[in-house]
Amino acid sequence: MSTDTVEMVKMNGLQAINAALMEAMEADEKVLVLGEDIADNEGGGVVGVTKGLSTKFGTMRVKSTPISEQAIIGAAIGAAMAGYKPVAEIMLMNFTTVAMDMIVNHAAKLRFMSGGQSQVPMVIRTLTGAGNQTAGQHADFYEAWFAHTAGIKVVIPWTPADFKGLYLSAIQDPDPVMIIESGKTLFVPMDTPANQGPIPLGKANVVMPGTDLTLVSYGQMMFSVMQAVEELGKAGVSVEVIDLRTVSPWDKETVLASAEKTGRLLVVHEAGRNFGPGAEIAATVQEELFGKLKAPVGRLGAPYCSVPFAKKLEDAFLVQPPEIVAEAKRLAAMG
Amino acid sequence: MTDTLSNRASPDADTQLDIYRRMLRIERNDEFTRAQIRQGRIHAPYYSARGQECIPAGISALLNDDDKICTIYRGIQDMVAKNMPLRPLWAEICGRVDGTCKGKGGPMHLTHPETGVMVTTGIVGSSMPIANGFGWAALLDGTKQVTVAYFGDGASNIGAFHEALNLASVWKLPVIFVCANNGFAEHTRFENGTGVDQISKRAIGYGMPGYTVDGNDPIDVYAHAHAAIERARAGEGPTLLECKTFRFMGHVFGDNDAYMTKEEKAAALEKDPLPLFRQKLIDDGIATEEQLEKMKADIEAEVKDAIDFAMNCEFPSDDELRRDVFAEEIPA
Ligand SMILES: Cc1ncc(C[n+]2csc(CCOP(=O)(O)OP(=O)(O)O)c2C)c(N)n1
Repeated sequence: MSTDTVEMVKMNGLQAINAALMEAMEADEKVLVLGEDIADNEGGGVVGVTKGLSTKFGTMRVKSTPISEQAIIGAAIGAAMAGYKPVAEIMLMNFTTVAMDMIVNHAAKLRFMSGGQSQVPMVIRTLTGAGNQTAGQHADFYEAWFAHTAGIKVVIPWTPADFKGLYLSAIQDPDPVMIIESGKTLFVPMDTPANQGPIPLGKANVVMPGTDLTLVSYGQMMFSVMQAVEELGKAGVSVEVIDLRTVSPWDKETVLASAEKTGRLLVVHEAGRNFGPGAEIAATVQEELFGKLKAPVGRLGAPYCSVPFAKKLEDAFLVQPPEIVAEAKRLAAMG
Repeated sequence: MTDTLSNRASPDADTQLDIYRRMLRIERNDEFTRAQIRQGRIHAPYYSARGQECIPAGISALLNDDDKICTIYRGIQDMVAKNMPLRPLWAEICGRVDGTCKGKGGPMHLTHPETGVMVTTGIVGSSMPIANGFGWAALLDGTKQVTVAYFGDGASNIGAFHEALNLASVWKLPVIFVCANNGFAEHTRFENGTGVDQISKRAIGYGMPGYTVDGNDPIDVYAHAHAAIERARAGEGPTLLECKTFRFMGHVFGDNDAYMTKEEKAAALEKDPLPLFRQKLIDDGIATEEQLEKMKADIEAEVKDAIDFAMNCEFPSDDELRRDVFAEEIPA
């Protein structure tokens, strides 16, 4: 495999998603896009992810909506059942709460409840993440809620390449997929293959090989993880970094193989630690690798409270690189 | 059809001056807030209501301290109109421990029960259902209190609006639903998001009076609010007021207004309610230039004092993350 044949371009997550949507809509006329302010008349989305789509594909396929999250998800469900592949935007993850009935009782369950007669091949795009002092109703990570709901897949990409590849797969997936875009991941440019194709859902990415500890994370928390890993490297701790990419269904095989190799696992996410995805991963790894681990599985996540407003509190709320370093060192010293 | 008032209450001279004072306090406070953000002294999303001052000012002139409001992210004007003290307000938007919410809520989530500011929500549509609960409590308590639910035009397209208005009507709740129709929901034009030309018409579907009000005319706002509040206090139930207005500073601080034309913005600015009402007060002999300049200086002194106070307050301690989750503090 030679990498010099792959043309790389610098792009950010926002551009990667835009490219994926462009490509998907071009290739498949069944792909639709809807959401608040997403058409060009309204600026092409709050941060511009959907810019150009309505101009290129018309406002029958690319529709700005009223502020009506239930109606957005409901329309996407119906269109999906009628043979289309809608990509519905819920501007921010906290606003999914307004559409919970549609997402949880309907999108996720219609295939099962209809004995397989119905299918709902839709994508829900949503954005979240703390760090901008948007306080308690604009920054939550609720992936655990949806991971706990059978019938909807949950994807949280980190790199622009993954955004492109995972979007291409999600749009063609026969089932509902929620893709969570986390703040920074949209704006930090990274080297990306110009022709990035689909990346399968449910497959983690081993970002960096290591021997002392496996560190699992995803989304914008990966930036803090990479900072921490650099520190840990200097301190002589060799970390195997896994970007989970899909939170549900998660890539047990890759995580278990790595944890078995290193004997130590630390899961880090921005979502609350209580009942967070880390709990599920820790439980599974301890069930499968009991006796082979050199340390208990570590978990870092947000404390049990709402996202606070004051910068000082928000900083304390978020898992910071020094905490990751300290926890990784603590685990690495065991066993 | 939307309703027309049969009896128009009009504010006397003192009340007009009171309304103007509230408007000016909102406008000065907004100006100073934007300046602080520009200077990098506050970091927070800020949804200016410059241009919408008449609405809460005209309504609040008719409210008592124990009347309640539930408002939204674009809501500081509603709080200032309700006479929220500026020191704790500023301390909150600066994220300090002496803020109304100890710095935990910030500018989108201020609460100050002493002045009746009960809920400030960042979720479009969520002020209305909760206002109903305060209305119900007022009926149970046998008080004459009313609750005002403030929201935007876009919010009238979310399910919560429809559920809340219907429930308020069935239960005859003392709630006034006040829609500031500023013509835009984020970047979506009113007519592209709303299937009816007047939001007040939606009141018919819920069996309550609905009025379209000139939200840039404090006298018109006052007259309609008067009718709605009287009706509520008399136990006759809710009213929907659609107040037509414009927001001059876009959706959120930093908005470039790309989704509106220069002409339409210029035309809206021509109708800036503040200078117009000021001129009216002078023309009608209700106030003199000197009086109004003095009023402005006093308000600016109050705002500056609040900023100085806020900037000198402490930041909250990290222990605050364990407090107020439940009544009982979470152990460290
Ligand atoms: C349920 C929900 N959906 C979307 C948003 C994002 N959002 C915030 S303000 C806004 C526009 C609201 O417009 P309008 O109700 O007209 O009030 P205005 O901001 O114009 O005062 C939107 C879509 C939100 N906060 N909550």
